[in-house]
Amino acid sequence: MSTFGSKRIVVGAHYGLRDWLAQRVTAVLMALFTVALLVQFLMPGPLGYEHWAAIFSSRWMKALTFVLIISLAYHAWVGVRDIWMDYVKSVALRLALQVFTLVWLVACAGWAIQVLWRL
Amino acid sequence: MTDASNNIASTSNNKKRPVYRNIHVTEIISYRLPPAGIVSILHRISGVLMFLLLPFIVWMFDTSLSSEISYDEFTNAFVAGIGFVPAWFVKLTVLGLIWAYLHHFIAGVRHLWMDATHSVSKEQGHNSAVITLGLSVLLTLVLGAKLFGLY
Repeated sequence: MSTFGSKRIVVGAHYGLRDWLAQRVTAVLMALFTVALLVQFLMPGPLGYEHWAAIFSSRWMKALTFVLIISLAYHAWVGVRDIWMDYVKSVALRLALQVFTLVWLVACAGWAIQVLWRL
Repeated sequence: MTDASNNIASTSNNKKRPVYRNIHVTEIISYRLPPAGIVSILHRISGVLMFLLLPFIVWMFDTSLSSEISYDEFTNAFVAGIGFVPAWFVKLTVLGLIWAYLHHFIAGVRHLWMDATHSVSKEQGHNSAVITLGLSVLLTLVLGAKLFGLY
């Protein structure tokens, strides 16, 4: 039985690599969004509601912000779940915290998406 | 693993031998962490902070965008506070979010850079950690001064 190399016996649910990659891909997307938002925010003109609301009025910015919200929820889910897995040993408590995390993230994402598309 | 090390400890004149394990969140203070370790634990802490304040972040997103009336409510939060929460506390919370975002962002870019270039030597890890800590605090001070109206 091999425990290393390309012929090793892999056990578990196999979500490790997928989530590791997803966390990095979502991070890159959010970083790019930050730059895109910052550039528009720093465009010349008086700071105020008009300027701020205009940034989110275009359809492409709405689409990008939608991607940001989904990325953030997934990214935070992987990160917070990792923290629970590291520190909380009780299975019952960990499950409860993971359910809370999902509810919290889905609720916040739903609210943000509603704000975005009613503009 | 722990059983094995306990056995070794008991056979060699019952000396207390160090046991290596994950650092629990309650033990952070008692460990002298290198800069890279400080960046790592602050990456977690900043992430949790932003996670817990997510409803507040969405509230700011909502009020600042929905209408001019709600925009006034948003700006007023930094002058008169929100409900029973005083304005200075709102500003302090936002300052915390600014730091958390900057630290998480810079530490994240450091992670991606290390993943992409395999730069994992001790010196590189140390130097990039010091840069991460310095840059995030510096930018937080610059933006914080703006937030508290110093310029």
